[in-house]
Amino acid sequence: MSVGTAVIRKDARAKVTGKARYTDDQSMAGMLVARYVRSPVAHGLVREIDTSAALALPGVEAVFTYEHVPTTLFATAGHPYSLDPDHRDVADRLLLTGHVRYQGDEVAIVVARDELTAKRAAALVRVEYDELPVCTTPEAALAHGAPAIHEGGNILERTELTFGPPVAEAMEAADLQLDGHYNTPVVLHCHLENHTAFAYMDDNDHIVIVSSTQIPHICRRIVGQALDMEWSRIRVIKPHIGGGFGNKQDVVLEPMVAFLTLQLGGVPVRITLDREECLVATRTRHSQQVTVRAGLKRDGTITGIEMDITSNTGAYASHGHSIPMAAGSKFRHLYPRTAIRFTATTHYANIPAAGAMRAYGSPQLFFGLECLLDDAARSLGVDPVELRLHNVARAGEITTPDGGTRYAVAIARCLEQGRDAIGWQRKKKELQNQDGPVRRGLGVAAFSYGSGTYPACVEIAGCRLVLNQDGSVHMQIGATEIGQGSDTALAQMAARTLGIDYDRIHVVSQQDTDVTPFDTGAYASRQTYVAAPAVHEAAERLRQKILAACSGLTGTPARELELAEGRIIRAGEPAEEIMSLGELALSEYYHKERGGQLVAEVSAKTVTNAPSFGCTFVDLAVDIELCQVTIHKIINVHDAGRIIHPLSAAGQVHGGMAMAIGMALFEELLIDPAGGRICNGNLLDYKVPTCTDIPELDCAFVEEPDPTSPYGNKSLGEPPIISPAPAIRNGILDATGVAINELPMTPKLLFREFRKAGLLPG
Amino acid sequence: MFAMENYHRATDLNDAVRALAAHPEARVLAGGTDVLIRLREGDGAFAHLVDINGLDELRQIDMDTSGTIRIGALATCTRIIEHEIIRSHLPVIAASLATIGGPQIRNIATMGGNICNGAVSADSACALLILDTELVIQGPAGERTVPILGFHTGPGRTILRRDEILKYFLFRPGQYRGIGAAYCKYAMRSAMDIATIGCGAALRMEGDIITSLKLAFTVAAPTPVRCPRTEEAAAGRRLDEETLALLAGIVEDDVQPRTSWRAERDFRMHIIRTLVQRVTREAANQQGGN
Amino acid sequence: MQQLPITLRINGRAYSMDVDVRTSLLELLRGLGFTSVKEGCGVGECGACTVLVDGVAVDSCLYLAVWADKRAIRTVEGECADGRLSPVQEAYIEEGAVQCGFCTPGLVMTTTSFLEQRENTPLTREEIARGHAGNLCRCTGYQTIIRAVQRAADKQRRSGRR
Ligand SMILES: Cc1cc2nc3c(=O)[nH]c(=O)nc-3n(C[C@H](O)[C@H](O)[C@H](O)COP(=O)(O)OP(=O)(O)OC[C@H]3O[C@@H](n4cnc5c(N)ncnc54)[C@H](O)[C@@H]3O)c2cc1C
Ligand code: FES
Ligand code: FES
Repeated sequence: MSVGTAVIRKDARAKVTGKARYTDDQSMAGMLVARYVRSPVAHGLVREIDTSAALALPGVEAVFTYEHVPTTLFATAGHPYSLDPDHRDVADRLLLTGHVRYQGDEVAIVVARDELTAKRAAALVRVEYDELPVCTTPEAALAHGAPAIHEGGNILERTELTFGPPVAEAMEAADLQLDGHYNTPVVLHCHLENHTAFAYMDDNDHIVIVSSTQIPHICRRIVGQALDMEWSRIRVIKPHIGGGFGNKQDVVLEPMVAFLTLQLGGVPVRITLDREECLVATRTRHSQQVTVRAGLKRDGTITGIEMDITSNTGAYASHGHSIPMAAGSKFRHLYPRTAIRFTATTHYANIPAAGAMRAYGSPQLFFGLECLLDDAARSLGVDPVELRLHNVARAGEITTPDGGTRYAVAIARCLEQGRDAIGWQRKKKELQNQDGPVRRGLGVAAFSYGSGTYPACVEIAGCRLVLNQDGSVHMQIGATEIGQGSDTALAQMAARTLGIDYDRIHVVSQQDTDVTPFDTGAYASRQTYVAAPAVHEAAERLRQKILAACSGLTGTPARELELAEGRIIRAGEPAEEIMSLGELALSEYYHKERGGQLVAEVSAKTVTNAPSFGCTFVDLAVDIELCQVTIHKIINVHDAGRIIHPLSAAGQVHGGMAMAIGMALFEELLIDPAGGRICNGNLLDYKVPTCTDIPELDCAFVEEPDPTSPYGNKSLGEPPIISPAPAIRNGILDATGVAINELPMTPKLLFREFRKAGLLPG
Repeated sequence: MFAMENYHRATDLNDAVRALAAHPEARVLAGGTDVLIRLREGDGAFAHLVDINGLDELRQIDMDTSGTIRIGALATCTRIIEHEIIRSHLPVIAASLATIGGPQIRNIATMGGNICNGAVSADSACALLILDTELVIQGPAGERTVPILGFHTGPGRTILRRDEILKYFLFRPGQYRGIGAAYCKYAMRSAMDIATIGCGAALRMEGDIITSLKLAFTVAAPTPVRCPRTEEAAAGRRLDEETLALLAGIVEDDVQPRTSWRAERDFRMHIIRTLVQRVTREAANQQGGN
Repeated sequence: MQQLPITLRINGRAYSMDVDVRTSLLELLRGLGFTSVKEGCGVGECGACTVLVDGVAVDSCLYLAVWADKRAIRTVEGECADGRLSPVQEAYIEEGAVQCGFCTPGLVMTTTSFLEQRENTPLTREEIARGHAGNLCRCTGYQTIIRAVQRAADKQRRSGRR
């Protein structure tokens, strides 16, 4: 059976042999290259711009400034369109701007015949700025009289959510009230393939865009909106993509390449950001301040949680307020018997624009929540694992919105399994009363997440299955493969339902909005969950068509037929092949009077959203003198429903854990608060962990099939990044007694905190 | 494409020196791991290049009968690390170079380039300083030999004249025999990183008495430095916790770390104090090897 | 700008051409259709552009094309002979070390040279990690990459094939 086994990934051979073509691996004769002219100041108005020297350089085809671009503001976040005007993303972007809002903002663009000329020409565009006061932090941006970064001020939105009984009463019922304040930094995606896109016209009416995007269909719409063109006249093609992690769930280069080709008579124009541009001039993870207050009973029962988040969205809204709100609506599933009041404020600042990044606000939120719970466990003298076991969701406790179906919940088993794997009880005893310069500690943290965006957004997926002449099946799927393995998982599902071999399913991986079934793309860990119903239904329909066709040919009633391993057999009698799928297909295609191409196409909406859970356990050592943390063992245990492809699932977990370790110990974009200067916008200074910085990573799954998915699966792509950082922080607390309430926990920060705590001489 | 404006591929050392003398703007290109990065960043100072990458005469690693070891300026980090002579006689050189970048960088980066670019963080600098290495330099007027101490004159600056080329490094047996030496690079990542602080120590002992300590730091002052006060204080003392604590106090007078966005002065000083003790111990553990 | 004549071998085939001295080996190879050679940073930090020059792994973004004169270059395209994957390529697939795949060609080449230089020597996790520290991968957390290197080493030991 293909579901549940580690079949060979559909794209693996192409990728190890270098045959997989990414956006930049395609070129067209005469392709021009464009390069942005970026602002060196973090906030200001262009006073004067002179492009004459750039235009005079041989090989320069054109220079456009903010004065030449359409004046319709557009939104860039990769969300589905909303029928509710109040629920649409904030439209605050132009293709180029004369009001620069962060160091790197785009005031002009040059188009040239080669990259070197483009680079030279961009440097020759002379721009003078009237500088405006800069605010990079929430304190500065929200201060009275702060300069308005956008018309309408610096507050994007402020909202409140409540769940369960009134929090004030819940707090009063508590024996202990505790609060904490936690800060998370600006983190960068650092997918290996930088943003890149090119566009051309193949007639006078349509623009073709080839782009490294997670959201081809959304991209089509946003480009149409930005250029005020009919959406169907934009065609977006997505080849293989070298990672996105949310940064390509945003429309970044596409409107510009489309604009340029339109201006230049349809010739192909490419923009490929270099690494430094990609780090600071695309999107980032929101830096947040998380304030949590919890009420607990002596036995560890959490009675109430009040949480307030201030989220810094930077120069432009992008995903903006959706980030804290999405996280705020997902965490309640972890502790569902607790009263919750959640408030969030999102504001602008003169730093790079933040957008979607793996787990969409939840890593920041859970850093606050899970740190506070460990502080509470210490105050109460309760074991931190016990405290969580006492409060986490139980089986049957969470249902679909109509109350009709109970989602699978197995977080308690995850915690128990992780506790045993790390050797919690035994090590806890061994590690009492340490006092040397190097101390060991254990840490734990848990999380909950969703399997899509419903009911905040529509969840729509599409699948088309075609029986080929040779009896194999082509699958066209709206779900977007971005390296996470969705093509493979969905082919496994189709194979299983159809009753043919996985190898006989060919996935059309390159997407093209003119032909690919509609789906909004790869984000929110939705792909396998939301596409599964469409795949299931399409496969079921194609199977029935096949059996009906065979019945028509042979006279055997369809209900007595079955498709198994690619052969049509008499039901229940695998030995008796009636005909092969190839034979049936040829007959259907070529019989002169009867039959036809067998196709099934389904567009399906999902109106459930299965909660997904998990936890991290870590065993680490802290060298107090050197202010360094060494992870000895780290394990993530996930409740992600049925695992479709064990190797890919583990791969998602490892990748998320490593990113989380980066976020916990290494990574932060440093911005000088005085002038908004970016200090470390390159790969030498922004510390992405290398192979030598990541320890052995363990993972395990508690497989409880979810009833809302035809294959029992729930989300897994993003969640692994959520709990490692707080677990590591709790491990450091366990080892040293010092609570670090800020990320990343670099030696510099540990030095400061250890000194404050008296562990190091002042 | 690198924004080069002039390129001369040297045929031999003399040709290279001539080309440098003839073009006042020209700079040397060796492995290119610094130069090509600067060019890409649009640094016009490196637009005119004399490429010495192909000069095999500057790649030798050998030892003469007196025991003097010679490493050509163009020997790559990887070749030096793996060379038998270096492994047996100058393990601290190998250990230091092994902390540079990653494998691909070490496969092309040269030790000559590491020193000539004048970086205050150069990972070979501590080892070269504690071994009192000599540098043989070729200029239009001929050859000169200078000690490594004093070679660096400021951040990114050395005593090299514009038309001079470093030929090789010399290691005298009197410097490297009978010592224990160690290098520790303190950085944020375990590879592909720039040192926050680098510390090297070379120790001679009689029993458990220190007869001489040579101690060097990178990123602890405007240039890589030796620590004369600490070295003097160490001589004649027993190697124990008390001595190490004493040295950790004295070293503050030998260094002047500064605050940058990468790290603050206090933090760097704390790491310097800690490393003096740990690296000196480690050097003692290496004793008796070569 | 100045052009220089070079002759080199790429994946066993001979090439002669004049190259602009400003060209990087990365640009030369991609221009010739060896698009497995990826640019992830252009400054030696990511290793996505790793190729072998006379068996030695280098970042082709920091290597002048003229330096390749009279040398033999290997890219991942050449590692699969007659449709047969190399043991390293196979191991990457079998261990699930391929996700987005953008780092993969560079990593496969790093592993290939790493193992060729350490034939029949036992490998620790730490050695493997140090030997692959010049290649960033943001998808896998390196866990499956390290396993793939171990597996490829086992395969080579068993088959005696390089
Ligand atoms: C990704 C990456 C990581 C790095 N990591 C480290 C690290 O961890 N530690 C570290 O110390 N460095 C590091 N570096 C910097 C660099 O690799 C080293 O300094 C290297 O040793 C320079 O050698 P090269 O041959 O490449 O020099 P080049 O770039 O060719 O030259 C460097 C400078 O020295 C001059 N020069 C070179 N050779 C001579 C000579 N023989 N005579 C006169 N002048 C000469 C050049 O004109 C130039 O100014 C890193 C670089 C990169 C790109
Ligand atoms: S592209 Fe060459 S190392 Fe990144
Ligand atoms: S697989 Fe995506 S970067 Fe390695």
